[in-house]
Amino acid sequence: MNEASALYPALPELILAGGAMVLLMIGAFGGERATSPMLSYAIALLVVAGLAIAAMPDERVALFNGSFVVDGFAKFLKILAVLGSIGTLWMSGDFLADPDRRKFEYSVLILLATAGMFVLISAGDLIALYLGFELMSLSLYVVAAFDRDNVQSTEAGLKYFVLGALSSGMLLYGASLIYGFTGTVKFAGIAQEAANGGIGLIIGLVLLFAGLCFKVSAVPFHMWTPDVYQGAPTPITAFFASAPKVAAIAAFVRVSFSAFPAIAAQWQQIIIFVAIASMALGAFAAIGQRNIKRLMAYSSIGHMGYALIGLAAATGEGVQGVLVYMAIYVAMTLGTFACIVSMRRNDKPFEEITDLSGLARTNPAQAFVLSMLLFSLAGIPPLAGFFAKFYVFLAAVKAGLFTLAVLGVLASVVGAYYYLLIVKIMYFDEPAPAFDPMGNALRSIVAVTGLFVILFFAYPGPLVEAAAVAAKSLF
Amino acid sequence: MTVAALFFYVFASICVASAVMVIASRNPVHSVLFLILAFVNAAGLFVLMGAEFLAMILVIVYVGAVAVLFLFVVMMLDVDFTALRQGFLNYLPVGGLVGVVFFGELVAMLMVGAGALAPGAAKAITDPIPPLADVTNTEALGLVLYTRYAYYFQAAGVVLLVAMIGAIVLTLRHKPHVKRQNIADQVARTKATAIKIRRVKPGQGI
Amino acid sequence: MNALLQEYLPLVIFTGISLAMGLALLVAPFIVAYRQPDPEKLSAYECGFNAFDDARMKFDVRFYLVAIIFIIFDLEVAFLFPWAITFGQLGVFGFWSMMVFLAVLTVGFIYEWKKGALEWD
Repeated sequence: MNEASALYPALPELILAGGAMVLLMIGAFGGERATSPMLSYAIALLVVAGLAIAAMPDERVALFNGSFVVDGFAKFLKILAVLGSIGTLWMSGDFLADPDRRKFEYSVLILLATAGMFVLISAGDLIALYLGFELMSLSLYVVAAFDRDNVQSTEAGLKYFVLGALSSGMLLYGASLIYGFTGTVKFAGIAQEAANGGIGLIIGLVLLFAGLCFKVSAVPFHMWTPDVYQGAPTPITAFFASAPKVAAIAAFVRVSFSAFPAIAAQWQQIIIFVAIASMALGAFAAIGQRNIKRLMAYSSIGHMGYALIGLAAATGEGVQGVLVYMAIYVAMTLGTFACIVSMRRNDKPFEEITDLSGLARTNPAQAFVLSMLLFSLAGIPPLAGFFAKFYVFLAAVKAGLFTLAVLGVLASVVGAYYYLLIVKIMYFDEPAPAFDPMGNALRSIVAVTGLFVILFFAYPGPLVEAAAVAAKSLF
Repeated sequence: MTVAALFFYVFASICVASAVMVIASRNPVHSVLFLILAFVNAAGLFVLMGAEFLAMILVIVYVGAVAVLFLFVVMMLDVDFTALRQGFLNYLPVGGLVGVVFFGELVAMLMVGAGALAPGAAKAITDPIPPLADVTNTEALGLVLYTRYAYYFQAAGVVLLVAMIGAIVLTLRHKPHVKRQNIADQVARTKATAIKIRRVKPGQGI
Repeated sequence: MNALLQEYLPLVIFTGISLAMGLALLVAPFIVAYRQPDPEKLSAYECGFNAFDDARMKFDVRFYLVAIIFIIFDLEVAFLFPWAITFGQLGVFGFWSMMVFLAVLTVGFIYEWKKGALEWD
């Protein structure tokens, strides 16, 4: 009994992993009929896991010799990841309705991927970090290729798998160098030894960061993103753009602050470069895109750049900025992707930006919310996206990184161009045929995220406060 | 120790050379065979370090299973491999650059890092391997893997489960209209379900 | 460490001898064998015909599925060895640790059984 209660901090993980197995059994015995209730079971499990996380105490608890850490930081990001996963499952109903894709494994894989994210977010040493990455990524590779009779989806899965394996290799190479030069895999132990680690440790750090950059799709390790985002089925693209990014950013921040505070000056340089390159590429490469999922891929690369500005500041305020940024980013992404999922005519998906033309006349409500979401992605006040950028830029300025902040503002000005272009197409171009009416699930996601984005300025306190508490637990 | 060093260089050089041949050989089947050679030599390196269990697992899992899987895949793909190789020279500059960078890093480490391990590293290793005279390598692993590192162990189990689901979701296809023997059905079959008696009047048919 | 490596001495000798013999048999024909190449020796025999197609043909993807399932269970079994050796010293926690691991994979096993992944047709 005593041992069982000692496992309490790992309850959300146990709920997800155990629940996924139960669902697997229900599906295996129930067959195809089990697919549509399976989605709601999975959502229910995620909600329960989310509640279990919310009920955890805020102070830091370490389990399994410190491999598994629960603190305010982990709580905040896990809830964010759960929300991303719930949003994805919520908008997947239509996708799974097609008889060729009616497979219950979809929900199980999303649950296991979320469990992997939890492991990753709570990782207290390099081995747990790697296991979390693998659990998350393996599930993601499979769901990317889920529409297996579609060449693009298969291609997306294969590309994601090959490049993901390469990044895992780099991550492992870096981790083994770090182990070799410090003699421990625990973040706390590495932090003690880091000061006298020398160049070998820095090379290990660089390789580890390269692997992490791959997973958050930051430049120069972004090349898989556009193809995978375009090829994967749209609800899954929404998933890729939301929850796994949260987990990967969490790992990034935790590794930087709990394992390498002693050589912050060194990794700051890397992060600054990666942030600038990601923002620039996200801003410029998106301009020529015609496919909206591809455009969102470049947009997400750019957003990862902005989020990393907060990390580059290497302060508690920076981390708070990152957390606020990720929370708002997940909301904006889910809302935008829910609109993209709804771009269907006669049950066929459409993905070109021109398909949106004249949406303001065929569906004014959707056009309004989508343009609010796009304005927010561009960072125009007083929408939520502006505050997200505001907090990271503020942290950068306070840390003395003026150039970085200025470059960030310039990049968001360039980036605003293509978001505004879509709004222009929706409002001023000749209307294309109307889309099929939106389902209730999609409508609710669009409404909730739209309201959040529009009304965030009125009541930003709770989120910012929660992020501050979460950030404090790292220091 | 010099003998051990000699074997290290033998294994390491064969390993690297066969790794190069994996990429360079024209016939994909040869590539897989070179891969097996590389695995075997890596296993030799593990033995030299005293990690016997890992060495044997490498042979069983990688040589015995993964390499066979690779052979299947090579056989399964109906691709003209010589045509694929045409692009080799185009990628050479980039690949070469990456190789040079990695090599430079290694050299830098050897030059600057000198002692390979940081001064405090050896004592920072919290749980050193027990001396081989007392317990065998496999035993030493067993003593920590299932208790101290139970978390990693269970996580690895879930990763294997995901791999299983993934393989089935992506590759399993049932052929329609396959006739199967269902023994339960056969046993449950009674006279009532099997035959129907009709009384046919003469000269009328059914 | 050296004592450990000495245990592998027979293996080294065995590998050395087999390598030497294999190489000798491979190289000797080049040196001593009688050679008279002739294109007719390579042509199809009498009324036989030339190959229509490449010898390599597509395998069914089901082979792949069987192989990957084999690998997964292979790995699972690999985890059993150290457990079996240290069984007496592990105690209750170690025992249940393995049972949970096996339970997870049994779930996977039941799943693939019910899905029919273990059946050929």
